Formats: sequence, structure tokens, C-alpha cells
Amino acid sequence: MSNERYDIAIAGGSFAGLSLALALTSADASMRVAVVDRTPPDDAVKGESDGRATALSAASRQLFEALGVWAAVEMSVQPILEIDITDSGLKSIVRPRLLHFDSELKPGEPAAFMAENHVLRAALIARARQQPGIDFRAPEMVSGYETGDSGVSVRLGSGDELMAGLLVAADGRRSVLRKQAGIKTTGWGYSQVGIVTTIAHEKPHNGLAIQHFLPSGPFAILPLTGNRSSIVWTERETFGRDVVARGDEAFLAEVKPRFGVRFGAISLAGPRAAFPLDLHIARRFVADRLALIGDAAHGVHPLAGQGLNIGLRDVAALAEVVVDARRVGLEAGAPQTLQRYERWRRFDSAFSGFAMDGLNRLFSNDNAPLRALRSLGLGLVDRTPPLKRFFVHEAAGATGEVPALLRGEIP
Amino acid sequence: MRPMTPLKQTAADATLDAREVARFAAMAREWWDPKGKFAPLHAMNPARLTYIRDQLCRHFGRDTRDSSSLTGLAIADIGCGGGLLCEPLARLDARMTGLDPAEESVQAARAHAKVQGLEIDYRAERAEALISTGIRFDAVLAMEVVEHVPDLTAFMAMAGQLVRPGGMMLLSTINRTLKSYALAIVGAEYVMRWLPVGTHQWDRFVTPRELSKALDAAGLSESDRRGIVFNPFRGEWSLAGDTDVNFVMAAVRPAHQAPDPGPKQT
Repeated sequence: MSNERYDIAIAGGSFAGLSLALALTSADASMRVAVVDRTPPDDAVKGESDGRATALSAASRQLFEALGVWAAVEMSVQPILEIDITDSGLKSIVRPRLLHFDSELKPGEPAAFMAENHVLRAALIARARQQPGIDFRAPEMVSGYETGDSGVSVRLGSGDELMAGLLVAADGRRSVLRKQAGIKTTGWGYSQVGIVTTIAHEKPHNGLAIQHFLPSGPFAILPLTGNRSSIVWTERETFGRDVVARGDEAFLAEVKPRFGVRFGAISLAGPRAAFPLDLHIARRFVADRLALIGDAAHGVHPLAGQGLNIGLRDVAALAEVVVDARRVGLEAGAPQTLQRYERWRRFDSAFSGFAMDGLNRLFSNDNAPLRALRSLGLGLVDRTPPLKRFFVHEAAGATGEVPALLRGEIP
Repeated sequence: MRPMTPLKQTAADATLDAREVARFAAMAREWWDPKGKFAPLHAMNPARLTYIRDQLCRHFGRDTRDSSSLTGLAIADIGCGGGLLCEPLARLDARMTGLDPAEESVQAARAHAKVQGLEIDYRAERAEALISTGIRFDAVLAMEVVEHVPDLTAFMAMAGQLVRPGGMMLLSTINRTLKSYALAIVGAEYVMRWLPVGTHQWDRFVTPRELSKALDAAGLSESDRRGIVFNPFRGEWSLAGDTDVNFVMAAVRPAHQAPDPGPKQT
């Protein structure tokens, strides 16, 4: 039975939790951080692909560069150089391009990158294990916590207990800690699932990402390294679950008409899964000595691949707030410190979440007048360079009050 | 002032003592409740601490990014109250002495520091009492104090003596302008009810010029001044150029000077 004292305890060692641990200890070498995670780290390091990939914004890349993680994944990520958006019925052979973005902030500086989740996670774990100041508690889980005058005591599944100044809930969309803190969420399910898999294709994609707005929801084709693309296929729940359960041939037969013929012949190149889609935003991002980050704080529609990027904005903001507080002698878990984090993040998260929701609702529809309106709207955006630039910069995470890490600086 | 320690410990005294301890713990909670009576001080604390740290780091050649940037500096906080400044500065590894004439505040401050595991020398004394002991400090703080003293020049001459040659004095107060009347008295006391009505008397507010002059007379010279302004959209106080209402000032005692140049005190 140990009873160690940490500055920060992080429940959940996925992208947000690991990035936060690295950010805190990089900014302040005296910081002691515990990361509690269910997965044995060795399993995660040699982890196989689960078919999932993530779009990283330019700002997220800056963060990973600052944390010394980017070099390890650079060869495995695919820059998105162009984005095409089409709006068409399922049977249309020709899909007129409605909107085209050169996905670069400046020449040679792509607005986004595609990274395979298992590659990114392995790089984060490898980096975190080298970092002094980070203690891994894995496989292990947080079963509860109690706050007191001088800190928070965190109960672990193994019966151990640890003390910290602040507990961070990075334990995902069904966060146990959020529930224990009595924080409610606002949101709704979409009765939609996101089908995710990897597709190999005959012709090179040249860094092109395609978003087809199909009647049942958006179908995204996102370039991976080589002649491969990751698809995120939004589908009505019942049909979606059914189609994923089919055999390879039958599944591929459903993918083909949606994928289109642009990249030539296609085949399956990874496992597939269907994830329920919902939008949720925690009503508070903080409680007494507790801060929520990543999916524990908010889940957005994966439409524009913004989920992880928004989570990394939490990481950058919380790390900066905590480090700033410590450098003037204030506590990481003090109410003023946490309030500053909440003020910084809540509006932005809600804005991003509802913007994605609006787009999904607008596009998951086969109503003719709505289709005309969409075409008009996207056409307008296409012909208005400042508006296009805004969307590209927003997707790159370069709008709003940007924390240091997202500019590539250690706070 | 009441004697705090009974001469003889009896069973009855022990109970009394325990009750006193509980009372001070309750007061400490009041001081440290960020939404309570002292909310305005908590709200201003990050900006005040940032100023104090930045000035001390610049003057003593420390690194502001170091989480123990004030290691070894002896600092006195005049009017320390519940220890809202002493505790953070002690965490930055300064050797803190907290002075406050109110015995109860000092007891509350001690109770809180103990729970936090911080070592701070709290004294229920006026600053005058320390001068005769010959103790001098690397830095002396008088934050939100000078607007409450009847004679600014006399106060500064006294407090200034606690600063060692080459040391620094840090002050914060409220400027005497029409804007400060509108914001600090009408706004903070009557409209927002942040402070009890009558907390401040506008005619006691101090202009930066008057403060600078009083420092000069005490043998210290102003080295920096900044404003502290409230941003209603972010709900945060921050350092700014505008010194019309709340402002902070730093002053140094030249290193070559004789230790006690101020008017003689008894």
C-alpha cells in the first residue's frame, strides 16, 4: 500500500492524458505527475492498428513538436494538401466539386495531417516513459477520489491510494470521474454511427482529402501514407451496424459506390468498427480539485476530424494555466487556477461542437431546397477567399486566444 | 490585545484552547474562501503575485520560469491578513515573515499554513516592533496598505527601514482620481458589493506621484510602476499600463547607502 504525493494525477493515458503529462513536465522539471491507465504500456507500444486515424491540425502538430513527439511520427503521417467537398446523391456518378481548399496555411505548411492512432499513441508512450517526473501506473484504474484542505486523495482499483494537488479526468466520454463529481453533460445522440476503416487504392491521392456529403451523412476519405486512405463513414445506426458486421466482400460492395472512382480500384486494408456518434459537452469543466480534458469534457461530431484537436487545446490551456499558477506560488488545484482553465476552454469547445453539429444536420439530409441552399452556401464560401481562409485557419486551430504549446512553445 | 496562551494549562483551559483553535480554523476558511468576504483579494492575487515575482526576479537576477524562483530571499509582508501573499511566496521558496496587528488574522494565517505544510513566521506585531530588533529584509511588501494609513510619509519612513541596502520594497494601492472614485467606491462597494460600504475613504487614496515622493523621503527610489485593471469579459485582473485606479510600484534602497537613513524611530 503506497501513499505517494504527486503534483498532478491524471486518470487516463490516452492522447490527452499523455500529452498533458508531457506538457507539464516539459515546462517544469520539478513537477511530479502520475498517469493512471488501464492498458499495460508495453501492449500499447507494440499495439496493432485498430483501423482508426486522426486528423491533426497544424496547431496540434506544433504541440507535438514542442513535446518532442513529432520526430517519431513524422515519417508515418500524411499531410493533407488539398480538400474537396462534394454534395451529391448516392447514385450520382459525377460528383461536382462544390468547394476546394488548398489546405495550406502558407506554402509548405499544411493545415492538417493524418496520423494513425496506434502510431501516435506508441510515440507518446515511448516519449512519456523517458521523461523524468512522470510515473506510470498501468495497468491500473482510478476508482474514486476525495478532496481535502491540502489536496485530493485518489483511490486506485488495486487498493493503492495516491495524493495529488489536482486530479485530471482524461478518462474518456463515459468519464467515471465526471460522474463522481456530479457534472452533467448537455448533448444528444445522432442515431448515427461512424464507420472507420482503412482502404487501399490503386492511384495515389497526392494528399487530397475528400468529404462527400451523402444523404445519410458525411463520408470522409482522408489520405494516409502510401496509396491508402482512412474513411470515416457516417451512417444511420441500424444500417451502419449491419453493414460493418457483413463479410469483407459485402462490406466493400457498400463502400465502393460511396468511395467513388477517383482513386481507381479499392480494397480493404485494415479492421473496421462502428462508433456511436453523439455530441456532449460537460456543463462544468472543473470541480473541486478536478479538471476535465479531452472526451471527458466534450465529444464532438467527428465530421471535421476535430475531436483530438479540441482535446489538445484543453491540454495546452490546462498545462499553461497550471504552470503559470505554480510560477507565482499558487496551487494547481486552487479554484482560481481551475476557473481560468474553464473560462479559457468552455466557450471554444461549445462553439466547435455546435458548429460541427450544425454542419452535420445541414448536410445529413436529402431535402431538395436544402441541397440547393447548401450548394449556394458552399459556392459562396468557395468564391470568398477571406471566408475560406477563416475555415482553413479554424480547422488548423489557429483562431482564438492560442495557448503557447499550440504555437510550438513550451509555456 | 488578549494574551493567547494561558499561564497554566488546566483541563478547562485545554477545552478553551481547542475552541479557540476551531474558531481560527473557521476564520482561516473565511480568508481562504475565494467566493467569500475576501473574494476581491483572491481575484487580484495572480496579477499582484506576478508583479511581485517579476520585480524580485529582475532585481535579484532570478528566473521567473523557475517554480522556486525566490529561494532564500527574506521577505516581510506588512498587513499580511490571512496569508494570501505569504503562502504563495513561501511556495516559491522565499523565507516569509507575515506581520499583522490583528491577532486573530495571524492565528488564522498560522492555522492555514500548518495544514498546507508551509513554514511562515507570522507575528501579531506592528512593523515598528521589528525595526528595533535590527532585522532587515531583502524585500518588504505593503500591498493594499498605504490607503489605510493616516500619515503616508511617516509610514513609509518606518516601513522603509526594514529594507536592507540593495533590497526592494513593493507596494500596491488605489490612485486618487475621479475614475477610481467611480470604480473603487461606487462600483466595488455600492454596485458590485465586492467590498463592504466604507471599506475605502477616497481622500486617503494615494497618487503614484505622492507614493514616489514618500519613497524618496524614506531613502528608496522608485524603479517601476504598473496598473492593475479588471477585464469584465474575462473576469480577471491583469497588469496594464493604466495606473488610474489600482496600481503597483517597486522601489529599491541603493546598496551603498547607510542601513537606516530614515527619520529616527524609538
